[in-house]
Amino acid sequence: MKFVDEFRDGDLARRLCSEIDRLSRGQSLKIMEICGGHTHTIYKHGIEDVLPPNIDMVHGPGCPVCVLPMGRIDDAIAIARQPGVIFVTFGDMMRVPGSKSSLLDARAEGADVRFVYSPLDALKIAHQNPDKQVVFFAIGFETTAPSTAVTLLRAQAEKIKNFSVFCNHVLVIPAIQAILDSPDMRLDGFLGPGHVCMVIGMRPFAFVARDYRKPVVLSGFEPLDIIQSVYMTVKQLDEGRREVENQYARVVRPEGNLKALEAMEKTMEGRPFFEWRGLGFISHSALKLRPEFAEWDAEKRFEVPGIRVADPPACQCGEVLKGAIKPWECKVFGTACTPETPIGTCMVSSEGACAAYFNYGRFSLAAQRNRLPVIDLTAPTGANLKDS
Amino acid sequence: MPDRDKAYISLGDTLAKIERVRQHRRQKFYLHDTHVTLSHGSGGKATHNLIEAIFAPAFSNPLLDRMDDSAVFDITASRLAFTTDSYVVSPLFFPGGSIGELAINGTVNDLAMAGARPLYLSAGFVLEEGLAIEELQRIVDAMAKAAARAGVTIVTGDTKVVQRGKADRVFINTAGVGISPVTWPMGQAQARPGDKVLLSGPVGDHGIAILLAREALDIETTIESDTAPLHELVANLLEAAGPGLHCLKDPTRGGVATTLNEIALTSEISIALDETAIPVRPEVRGACEILGLDPLTIANEGKLLAIVAPEKAEAALSAMRSHPLGREAALIGEVRAEPAGMVFLKTDIGGTRVLDMLVGDPLPRIC
Repeated sequence: MKFVDEFRDGDLARRLCSEIDRLSRGQSLKIMEICGGHTHTIYKHGIEDVLPPNIDMVHGPGCPVCVLPMGRIDDAIAIARQPGVIFVTFGDMMRVPGSKSSLLDARAEGADVRFVYSPLDALKIAHQNPDKQVVFFAIGFETTAPSTAVTLLRAQAEKIKNFSVFCNHVLVIPAIQAILDSPDMRLDGFLGPGHVCMVIGMRPFAFVARDYRKPVVLSGFEPLDIIQSVYMTVKQLDEGRREVENQYARVVRPEGNLKALEAMEKTMEGRPFFEWRGLGFISHSALKLRPEFAEWDAEKRFEVPGIRVADPPACQCGEVLKGAIKPWECKVFGTACTPETPIGTCMVSSEGACAAYFNYGRFSLAAQRNRLPVIDLTAPTGANLKDS
Repeated sequence: MPDRDKAYISLGDTLAKIERVRQHRRQKFYLHDTHVTLSHGSGGKATHNLIEAIFAPAFSNPLLDRMDDSAVFDITASRLAFTTDSYVVSPLFFPGGSIGELAINGTVNDLAMAGARPLYLSAGFVLEEGLAIEELQRIVDAMAKAAARAGVTIVTGDTKVVQRGKADRVFINTAGVGISPVTWPMGQAQARPGDKVLLSGPVGDHGIAILLAREALDIETTIESDTAPLHELVANLLEAAGPGLHCLKDPTRGGVATTLNEIALTSEISIALDETAIPVRPEVRGACEILGLDPLTIANEGKLLAIVAPEKAEAALSAMRSHPLGREAALIGEVRAEPAGMVFLKTDIGGTRVLDMLVGDPLPRIC
């Protein structure tokens, strides 16, 4: 497929990896990919298999589903259960467990919960159902916030009264800062979230290199993007540089997307603080609707319980999100917590480190740890027959 | 004698009326309704009209036309295959087909996966009050056409109507009987280390066609469902590989990933796949990339996976490729002994990953 296959070239991947091997000279390096999209690519394409073994990818807090605390999911379910409400969400959120149930359970019990790929589709549903209240469950980092903002602006322009937004947009920079300030931080560099940077630009990451002396490479989402970004990070470390570099220049402009930022600015403002799953309360780390948009603010329109719920004691999503432990080091990983019956949110979304690892990665590590014979797939089984 | 005259006239009238009714009942059945109502499920006259006007002409064959409670027939074979499946797909009509084609091909394929030649099907309909007769007619016509293509006859059937809101327009159940020439153990427990894994063509077409036919997504493509009867392709395979054919499965719900995991678990073997060898249409790959789906977990309705002894793999592959439905068949991997119960994929960039079953249901009611 054009524009995709070019970024999945096996030979190029191997060449880059041998360069990484040469530059890193066997030192053990921990590099955090902040974005859940990167985690997904790493596991889906088996990138850890081709990287030199001394490069350790640590999976960061960049999966918006995974960082949402249970209390907020309970609030969402409470709104969805109100009569006359159509609750609209991204598909990933359906299975995320709240303290007692999930949106999927609420739907099974009769709530009208639907999934869409764009908030504008939620607006369409509002158009089609004038007698219902349509609530959009807005989640995500700066990547998805602009589309929520544009939807709000359109709802305002078209005077749509039966639409509101349950806003849970979070900001990536305060989360990175929280990780950098955390006492168990042992990271050597960061892969920056390419799609967030497409919106906010490069400048907000400058403090990581300047104040914390860690290299940051803003990375794309194809396998070669990630391997090249690791290469650029290792090269910075090797040359003693600490900079913000842009690997994803085909998409990310240094100043970001001013139109998107403007739409966000018009509709949303910072919350004084917001709870992150596993990371706790982080100040100025989330967005809410501006008072001018109170009419479309589901938190103002509906009663929500707003109760803070502690994470299940067995769940170690917090440590996984901070990169302090690997998914399989969690006490309940793969036993009580699986993609079918997730306890923690990291097991729910395909971008969650635990689900990605459970789905795609668990064998290669089991092989390393238990010295099982690693499957050699170098001779493709069909090669000799393919053209017969 | 006015009284006698009256009686005489009224007797004549009555006889004339009876004769009119007799003639009327001999006429063809006309269904004047535009929508299905509860009375069409009452078992009374309306039911009779519906059956005679819609089902009987479309599915007509000597066994069905008797309209007895059971179809009665002789089969001169000692090994029969017997299966059933229900169809609840939404939407009812989608690019490349409708619930009608699925209801025939799905059951035909279940028989074909036992190596069987399908003979007879039953068809049970659950109709929701308010369904347009015109839509029912289109579905029934699609079934008749698909049955003719597959060379099967529908020999018995049933219709029920439920109140509005108690079903979603049409649900169809079909059961089928076929004759199986397979005398060796064949099935998902029969994969052995060294066997080759063959796939009959590109994956993901059906699931993506359904997904995109639902209104919530505004993506325009030319992707069509791949629904098709596979028994002829299977007959070719049987001829080419004989007892070397260890397992046949059609990767419907859950896709290739789920089907191969089932085989790996039941046969207690491991399956190693080469991602680059698995055919996927560019449009399907594109849609999957956009929607964040894995084509290997997407449903197919006209593809099969064959696990074949290594010495028969080449013959099996060319037998598949010589049939129109297997033109793009490929050898996608092989069976290994260890670690049992798992499926692996050598990825495009040369890494390895576990290929797990589909978890959850990203896309309910695809067939």
